[in-house]
Amino acid sequence: MRQTVCVNIDTQPGGKTPLDARGKKLRRDVVDIFEHSRRGHVGSTFSLMEIVRVLYDDILRIDPKNPADPGRDRFILSKGHGCLALYVVLADKGFFPADELCRFCAYDGILGGHPEAGKVPGVEASTGALGHGLSIGIGMAVAARLDRRDSRVFVAMGDGEINEGSVWEAALSAGNRELDNLVAIIDYNKQQSYDTTFAVQNLEPLADKWRAFGFAVREVDGHDLCALREAFAGSPIEPGKPTCIICHTVKGKGYAPAENNLSWHHKSKFTDEDMAGLYAAFSTSAGEKEGA
Amino acid sequence: MRGRCLNMVHKLAREDERIVFLGSDLGFGTLKQFREELPERFIMEGINEAHAVGMAAGLAFDGRIVYVNTIATFLTRRSFEQVALDLCLHKANVRLIGNGGGMVYAPLGSTHLAIEDIAIFRALPNMAIVAVADAEEMERMMPQSVDWPGPLYIRLAKGYDPIVSDPAIPFVLGKGMEICRGGDVLIVATGVTLGPAKEAAKELAALGISCGILHMHTVKPFDTALFLDMAQSPAGGVRAVISVEEHTILGGLGSAVAEILAETPFARQPRFKRLGIPDVFPDKYGTQNQLMARYGIDAKTIVSTAQALLA
Repeated sequence: MRQTVCVNIDTQPGGKTPLDARGKKLRRDVVDIFEHSRRGHVGSTFSLMEIVRVLYDDILRIDPKNPADPGRDRFILSKGHGCLALYVVLADKGFFPADELCRFCAYDGILGGHPEAGKVPGVEASTGALGHGLSIGIGMAVAARLDRRDSRVFVAMGDGEINEGSVWEAALSAGNRELDNLVAIIDYNKQQSYDTTFAVQNLEPLADKWRAFGFAVREVDGHDLCALREAFAGSPIEPGKPTCIICHTVKGKGYAPAENNLSWHHKSKFTDEDMAGLYAAFSTSAGEKEGA
Repeated sequence: MRGRCLNMVHKLAREDERIVFLGSDLGFGTLKQFREELPERFIMEGINEAHAVGMAAGLAFDGRIVYVNTIATFLTRRSFEQVALDLCLHKANVRLIGNGGGMVYAPLGSTHLAIEDIAIFRALPNMAIVAVADAEEMERMMPQSVDWPGPLYIRLAKGYDPIVSDPAIPFVLGKGMEICRGGDVLIVATGVTLGPAKEAAKELAALGISCGILHMHTVKPFDTALFLDMAQSPAGGVRAVISVEEHTILGGLGSAVAEILAETPFARQPRFKRLGIPDVFPDKYGTQNQLMARYGIDAKTIVSTAQALLA
């Protein structure tokens, strides 16, 4: 019987990292979606928020007015169930009108419970079934080489997601192909659907695994904006090697009742009390700067 | 047929920079000349088919036309989710070249027999399926595969199969091919079963039974209009329809024909029989021809079936 390792908000990396006004604002945009849809993956969305935000605010060479520009960087949200974090950032950047957000999962909306390319401007690949994004990203990284483009390809995966065997097929390939234009990002919030990652399918030693597959690895607090910027901007870490950035995050980050709470992985029903608590958690005081 | 197909990929890649070849641990020396001539566009992955299909999708999203080659069962069974989502959902321009369609790998047993590949891929929206009759027809088909919109499965038969196709009949990917018309029986074949279909039609003609032959090389999209035109003419329509495929009778060519026959009102409903592999994993080894004979995928069975249906 495997021993359960508790995840402790007081001691885990990212556990005490404060949210700034923009971090709260983007989460409030997500809560606005919950207000309409009354459903969504709360835990993953909030653990992923700073990763997506930093990529779109500071890192990705991408133009919302010309989202198909061949020279752009690519971002694939392989853990498609974290799509709300992506949707609010894409709307914030102007890829599509913000009023689309309130039609999340609606019959005639473009924003489904998993993101679809071709429906949502700015989404590079349809994801939702886990373990697909890294292979697609490798194809894009190889295409960039063939085209002599200096595009970088970022692929964000969940920690539970990398239980999938296809991820390790892809990792083996990326390492052997020396794809230093590829950055694998792990949202390591230590929880998956049933229990902690330690209890369900322990990934440790995680950094060593990626190193063994030929990646240069960096570990950061996944809610620390400066650390994320520095890590993404500093990729590739080593020429001739793909990069893996393990982001230590907190599932449900920012809303105390949801933090590290397995019952908040996905909610198909929010009570009025939940909604009031979520809004209260992400309110900002006058004068706080919410923009990028 | 396989050699001719891969050599065509090389030839087409010389002419079109979008084309990339992606193999999965293929045999030593496969497409050696391609590799030497166009090394960047020759990609050999390992024994990781699910990843290879996803990678092909990523290349296709960025404008490449990717020809993926490995054993057919590893594309249909092992990589199914990647094919369904990464290729079909995205309408990715990836061509899956499946070695050993049907019972080519008879000596290797059920792990390698692609006897339900057409059924699996037929169920996927946006997927097209083509099974040509011989190496020469492969050469005529391949240039048309380049600009086919979306994913395409190219089912390969054995090498050195007899040449049964007729270069005088134009090959059009996405359409059925009318080989000949006949008043009594319509034989619908795909891939290498065109050979036995032609042989059977000749034998039946000698017995005074007139057969039409429809070569449905493109099983999906299915050319319903041509099928119905051939089944319903001359006036009154044929009296019997026989489908013949090197594939399970569940979900493949025969099922496609059955679906249309069942939903179409005929003045006189033709009798119908599917010839193919029954719902079993073949329990013998031997050769492809031995297994074909075991399951009645041959001229002799087509002839006896036609006689029985007309009796």
